[in-house]
Amino acid sequence: MLCCRKLTPPGLLEWCSPSEQDVQGPQRLPLTPGDFCLWSHARLPLSDTEPAEARTGDQKCVKCKEGLPVVVIRAGDAFCRDCFKALYVHKFRAMLGKSRLIFPGEKVLLAWSGGPSSSSMVWQVLEGLSRDSAKRLRFVPGVVYIDEGAACGQSPEDRARTLAEVKLALQTTGFPWHAVALEEVFSLPPSALRCSAQEAAGTEGAYKAAVDSFLQQQHALGTNGVERQSQHCAQDPQSPTGPPTTAQTQALSRLFDSVKTLTAKEELLQTLRTHLILHVARNHGYSKVMTGDSCTRLAIKLMTSLALGRGAFLAWDTGFSDERHGDVVVVRPMREHTLKEVAFYNRLFAVPSICTPALDTKAPEKASIHRLMEAFILRLQAQFPSTVSTVYRTSEKLVKAPRAGCAAGPRCLLCMCTLDVDTADSATAFGAQTSHLPQMQTPVTQARAAAGPCCCAGMGGAPGCCKREDPRAQVMEQLCYGCRVNMKDLPSLELLPPYILSEAQLRSQRATAEQEIREYLLGDSEDEAGTGES
Amino acid sequence: MAEPLCWPRGGAELLFDGVKKHQVTLPGQEEPWDIRSLLVWIKKNLLKERPELFIQGDSVRPGILVLVNDADWELLGELDYQLQDQDSVLFISTLHGG
Repeated sequence: MLCCRKLTPPGLLEWCSPSEQDVQGPQRLPLTPGDFCLWSHARLPLSDTEPAEARTGDQKCVKCKEGLPVVVIRAGDAFCRDCFKALYVHKFRAMLGKSRLIFPGEKVLLAWSGGPSSSSMVWQVLEGLSRDSAKRLRFVPGVVYIDEGAACGQSPEDRARTLAEVKLALQTTGFPWHAVALEEVFSLPPSALRCSAQEAAGTEGAYKAAVDSFLQQQHALGTNGVERQSQHCAQDPQSPTGPPTTAQTQALSRLFDSVKTLTAKEELLQTLRTHLILHVARNHGYSKVMTGDSCTRLAIKLMTSLALGRGAFLAWDTGFSDERHGDVVVVRPMREHTLKEVAFYNRLFAVPSICTPALDTKAPEKASIHRLMEAFILRLQAQFPSTVSTVYRTSEKLVKAPRAGCAAGPRCLLCMCTLDVDTADSATAFGAQTSHLPQMQTPVTQARAAAGPCCCAGMGGAPGCCKREDPRAQVMEQLCYGCRVNMKDLPSLELLPPYILSEAQLRSQRATAEQEIREYLLGDSEDEAGTGES
Repeated sequence: MAEPLCWPRGGAELLFDGVKKHQVTLPGQEEPWDIRSLLVWIKKNLLKERPELFIQGDSVRPGILVLVNDADWELLGELDYQLQDQDSVLFISTLHGG
């Protein structure tokens, strides 16, 4: 009687859907020789001879059966150098190809942090664009790099040195590039937080038609088309705004120093970085942004998001495509590559990357939820090599369904997901939390509070009167649960960049105005002659 | 004895005073050197700070890859692989950046 040798870590059983559990059963499932264990974690053929863990020097590549293996990926598959490269490249291209989201000729912005995953992604795009015409990638890339040195406490000399290395690396790609300092969030307009109208998603037919017409064009242009495209790519570098001012750098440092926990700092950094990248994309006409999130990072992100209260938005945070911003879609083509594969590929094929210190460099394991989750997942992965892929496969099943009975509702100010809290909930814990905050106001904020009408009537009896006059409450009630929890660790909201505060005020005023005139708005069933009665 | 090269990369060099490449000569001893004893030696002699970020128990911290002569150490027996002369051991931290 054979048994599946791979143990499933306790607790991961709950991840699978009930129907899967029934089919696959407990881990000691008896099987016949030659069967693949139905558990998704063990794709090894089972045998009752030696255990799967034994490694000998005369192992061969599992794919070509000839080459000397250099890397073990998944749970025991050893690949030689060439087969590994083929697999790696194939995964990247298949990810892009099967989604059919990126149309030929479309402008795509590559978000490069200098780290291994995003460097690998840029490298894949570089190689993909230079292939022979039949298999060439067909979009028009640009690269953006965000300099976060001020938030991470780097000295100006280190920042300048890193930036010089970065510019050199960007120039060698030949793509149009943008090196932007994080301080530029202080000059973003409030429109950066607005979700523009979504373009209708292309149908299957539309994608095929676009590809066919593109290929016809290329064929008609012949070799001239190829040269023109490469000329278009090697544009001059663009840095319209110049280096950030000292005042901006200090403002950014002050903002990050005032945040009480590392978890909130990391979330804030991510939020600001996303807004800035979107702004760059919108300014330069990019309709897609590619980020280098790997399988491992997304598994960690999924668990971290659950811990941070962002469970409602997992599908957008970890899925392949993220359309919450409307006109710009964020795409994650490295989703199926684990960090180990990325690191090996970069090493074996000399992909350059630049290592910059981050917020959590040298931080101890329990410094933030992100670090803790990372340690948890990686340690589990070391003993149970299927952990990351199981979490990843679960994340693939998440569906982006809107809340029942709720059309396009209001969106969170910071993360731009549809709000998952009812504003009418003020009698509950949220109301209690935000209503005690007016007592913490500094004299400055009190002086600046907008003198609006008392709005108790519309608020369902929350204890703190005139909540809308308090800027902190104004911002908090426009955030989703996860963002509210993060903002609790930021004692003074005025340090936030002005675009966030002015957009919050705008939305709040609009909501107040809507509330006031609601009784005067005609419903569908009312007589139109009733307009005179006010 | 042997002269392996130790390379911490991917951010791990921050724990080694920023030095990326270390050419080392291991002192002679009766038992042959394997990765396990190399790690003990590194902890005592090369690691400048925060050993818990590099070594956990008697192995490397999960998330740090080990390559011996550009091959995965899982193919060679992990901690039990016996070092040869002029071997190159590369440590890549996947915990940093993305």
